[in-house]
Amino acid sequence: MQSVARPRPVDEASRRAWDIAAQVVDPEIPVLTIEDLGVLRSVAVGEDGAVTVSLTPTYSGCPALEAMRDDVTSALHAAGYRSVAVELVLAPAWTTDWMSEDGKAKLREYGIAAPTGHSTVRPAGAVRLQLAVKCPRCSSLNTRELARFGSTSCKALYECRDCLEPFDYFKVL
Amino acid sequence: MTETSRPGAATADHGHVEVDSVVLSAELVEGGSVASHDVAEYALWLGDDALVIAQQLGWWISRAPELEEDVALGNIGLDLLGHARSLLHYAGAESGRSEDDLAYWRDEPQFRSAHLFEQPNGDFAHTIARQFIAAHYLFELYTRLQASGDATLAAIAAKSVKEVDYHRDHAVQWILRLALGTDESRRRMVTGLSDLWPYVDELFVDEPLIDRLEGVAVRPSSLRQAFDEAIVPVLAEAELDVPRGFISSGGGRGGRHSENLGFILAEMQVLARAHPGASW
Repeated sequence: MQSVARPRPVDEASRRAWDIAAQVVDPEIPVLTIEDLGVLRSVAVGEDGAVTVSLTPTYSGCPALEAMRDDVTSALHAAGYRSVAVELVLAPAWTTDWMSEDGKAKLREYGIAAPTGHSTVRPAGAVRLQLAVKCPRCSSLNTRELARFGSTSCKALYECRDCLEPFDYFKVL
Repeated sequence: MTETSRPGAATADHGHVEVDSVVLSAELVEGGSVASHDVAEYALWLGDDALVIAQQLGWWISRAPELEEDVALGNIGLDLLGHARSLLHYAGAESGRSEDDLAYWRDEPQFRSAHLFEQPNGDFAHTIARQFIAAHYLFELYTRLQASGDATLAAIAAKSVKEVDYHRDHAVQWILRLALGTDESRRRMVTGLSDLWPYVDELFVDEPLIDRLEGVAVRPSSLRQAFDEAIVPVLAEAELDVPRGFISSGGGRGGRHSENLGFILAEMQVLARAHPGASW
């Protein structure tokens, strides 16, 4: 799975456009680029210079995707690309496994606990197992979930029982 | 849903930006295609289920028993709205209609949602009972739809199933908490479940359309056993009986709805109809 996380193109022209698109950040979590998140799926520059960018949503209803789309378009326009098309691609479905290690480190520094463990869909009836989530502030593992649905689709709300601070956890999907 | 239909979107932050393609490409999957008439109809069924319940869940924001629940039900509604958008986008491509055309410009008889989804929010326990049934049904459905011969439906299902898994968990936690809580919370949970139960059977009826979509659609009747096997142990743990009583005659897939749907649509559609083509 990880091998398809950040498929930076091999041809020179597309790679240059990729590097511009890859600098666009998540409007909700501005320390993460769309490349860190694994949302940027492909960038291709055609012979006529037209750029086609594919993005994939994190959660189906995530409104940040539309801001990312606009930001990718304007970043490429600003870099001189006249014709830019942004497509939405659903398959393969995004997973937190695609988040880069670099991205996870930036998340922790920003105060959001990074996803713990890998994405799986439970068989019916199986109990959801949650590995201990480390407090991004004091690194304690003595934390508890306050609410599974947090400030955005992708986060849950946690509390640290040692430093007593609440914090966001980027949940595994 | 307004954003998607506006071509050439420009925002103050970005100055004048020419967006050279509409947000959702016609093909959600690389190498995907436009749905045939029957596949479009099936996508409409699933999209309408998700849209109607998403619209209803939005009502809870600021009204749930605690702040965390405002957020939870809002987020669950947002996920379901995302599923509805993908499904309606796909359903509409065949007839040249956008997801907004389908959401805002159809009346009740054109909606294909099952009756469960249009049942009123009621009190919190009613909403939890509806979520409990809906999330388990959708989880079983999307799990199997991932193997659909239609690449777009399979992609939407693979995306949705992981989110619905969280919704299932949310409903189970509340069923247990309310049923094993106070006398009052238990009384309400029992009432909520028995009020919603008549709408379960309709979800598992095989309409003629399903016969024409072998290998593409999931046969609803084939989900019933897995649904029961998931539901029954939770109810047992909550010390609740599987409700008995009357069964709704259904008819949602044929456009026959209860009066509830009209009120839901009126609220959802009023702005788009008062100001056609308006955008943010």
